Amino acid sequence: MAELQTAPAGASSGKKLLTWVDNRFPLSKLYNEHMAQYYAPKNFNVWYVFGSLALFVLVIQILTGIFLTMHYKPDATKAFASVEYIMRDVPWGWLIRYMHSTGASAFFIVVYLHMFRGMMYGSYRTPRELVWLFGCGIFLCLMAEAFMGYLLPWGQMSYWGAQVIVNLFSAVPFIGPDLALLIRGDYVVGDATLNRFFSFHVIAVPLVLLGLVAAHLIALHEVGSSNPDGVEIKATKNEKTGHPIDGIPFHPFYTVHDIFASAVFLFVFCAVLFFAPEGGGYFLEPNNFIEANPLKTPLHIAPVWYFTPFYSMLRATTDIMVYVFMGVVFVGGLLAILRGGFGTVGKVVITALAVGALVVLKAFDAKFWGVVVMGGAVIILFFLPWLDRSPVKSIRYRPGWHKIVYGLFVVFFLVLGYLGSTPPSPAGNDISQLGTILYFGFFLLMPWWSRLGTFKPVPERVTFHAH
Amino acid sequence: MSDQKIDGGKRTWIIASGCAGAVGAGFVAVPFVSSFEPSERERAAGAAVEADISALKPGEKMTVAWRGQPVWIVRRTPAQLAELPKLDKELADPKSERTNFKTTPPYAQNDWRSIKPEYLVVVGICSHLGCSPGDKFTTGPQPSLPDDWEGGFLCPCHGSTFDMSGRVFKDKPAPDNLEVPPHMYLSDSRLLIGEDKKA
Repeated sequence: MAELQTAPAGASSGKKLLTWVDNRFPLSKLYNEHMAQYYAPKNFNVWYVFGSLALFVLVIQILTGIFLTMHYKPDATKAFASVEYIMRDVPWGWLIRYMHSTGASAFFIVVYLHMFRGMMYGSYRTPRELVWLFGCGIFLCLMAEAFMGYLLPWGQMSYWGAQVIVNLFSAVPFIGPDLALLIRGDYVVGDATLNRFFSFHVIAVPLVLLGLVAAHLIALHEVGSSNPDGVEIKATKNEKTGHPIDGIPFHPFYTVHDIFASAVFLFVFCAVLFFAPEGGGYFLEPNNFIEANPLKTPLHIAPVWYFTPFYSMLRATTDIMVYVFMGVVFVGGLLAILRGGFGTVGKVVITALAVGALVVLKAFDAKFWGVVVMGGAVIILFFLPWLDRSPVKSIRYRPGWHKIVYGLFVVFFLVLGYLGSTPPSPAGNDISQLGTILYFGFFLLMPWWSRLGTFKPVPERVTFHAH
Repeated sequence: MSDQKIDGGKRTWIIASGCAGAVGAGFVAVPFVSSFEPSERERAAGAAVEADISALKPGEKMTVAWRGQPVWIVRRTPAQLAELPKLDKELADPKSERTNFKTTPPYAQNDWRSIKPEYLVVVGICSHLGCSPGDKFTTGPQPSLPDDWEGGFLCPCHGSTFDMSGRVFKDKPAPDNLEVPPHMYLSDSRLLIGEDKKA
């Protein structure tokens, strides 16, 4: 234990109080480590605001959520009416509710941009793998929050969306039907489901989410932020101070930067909030203004926009798609045997694995594989730090055609998202099948393609022009 | 501390008590996980329901709610029944032999998928993702359906089609036929849905 410090004689009472606290709780230490003496690279560009914006939106969601909970009733017979009550009778209830519903979409926009920043600049590369993994955990929690929160208004889309998604679990072989029953707590989506989703949405998942956010930040501040050049600023330190030469203290430099970003964000957020809270039917779907009716399905069921890319991949997985997967396994296995340079034992193992995979692919329904594809599309993100083998971190120093690959990835992700929000059509199905293959190809073939091409030399110090 | 000799006996007991604690925690998890299962009240609500089918005319359908799901009772016309065996080639599982979605009760594993050929009893929920298909009893060409349509059901969500026995057509998203719930006749006009034990 450190010895008790004493404030110098004649110090102000504030200073004395701080000394008293610091002797009992590391307040100054925490402040310095995470704010005043946390050195962040000086060359951050606009892409680096989305992390703190995500934190800002999280605060909006928690705050508005607390107030909504005061008026909302998690009861299948009262839920829909209680949301309308909030919208019409609770003073300013409509504003709080629209802040929460717009906040949900804003959260995903900000988080998708934040993740894409990480992909562009290789922010997940050594030693920041855990930062990325905690981040992926946060993304999973967010998806769970969004899905369960969407059931609470108990509209037609809430109900049938939950029905479709919970039914996905019943596609799991052997335990599926029991698993779906365990999730619903009833034979159909009903009061029990609504109540437990409410509990998860307001308590369980937010607790996990906050823990993960803390872990994300602690891990980040341990290793230090990366930057658009992918240069480690800790490698070049000032001899006298021991601080990175290219680093500037988070406070005040980046606090001001992020407050400015928050202000710009609020312009856009408020514009949506006040002039288009339904987001053109993308943020709040028209069918959700009709109360849930378990005996009548809406003509077109689509998830909210932030799930549509993954929903597209689910729908793209038809019987034909399973044959494509089988073809991929066959060719992959054949190449591994012929060109992989394995010994006899290795070849036997690969043959056994490939044959096993083919049998399993054929044995279960396309519906089950659709669920696997949809889940896999999210889970594969966790492996990104180990899939990317590029010798440089940042896209700035990668071969030009890598930028095209990333561009195509984004285009197809958006196309998948659009198709997932439209009713199924033969042409749309073909395109989403192509998109699904490209999405997985992008990640699974990354260990190979990310090494190809001529890389540009990475500078010793970050590139920075004072403005 | 580190140069002290490891007390093997103490370590064994620490491991043993740690394992005992883990087993205890496992047992404590049981009531929590079990609380996710349907409650007694919901089980009771999931009990069998009775339906009076005396007023149902040929070609008509009635819906009763069982476990919160729509159960359809369709009284088929002789013409519709005559059509059923001819469709076998176009169906994914004409004999209802598949078991991967819901096992069809043995008394319904026939062309008409019912105890009495005239009355079809199925759960009106598509085996794909749980939407409720609509009635398309009129024969002949119409939107979203083939030109030689002989009557059946069409799911609005992803376009799966079913014949008048609730059997799914080939190459449709739905992986299986509509579920036949356990059911039995209490008398000629009274049907019990949800139970098929011999009384």
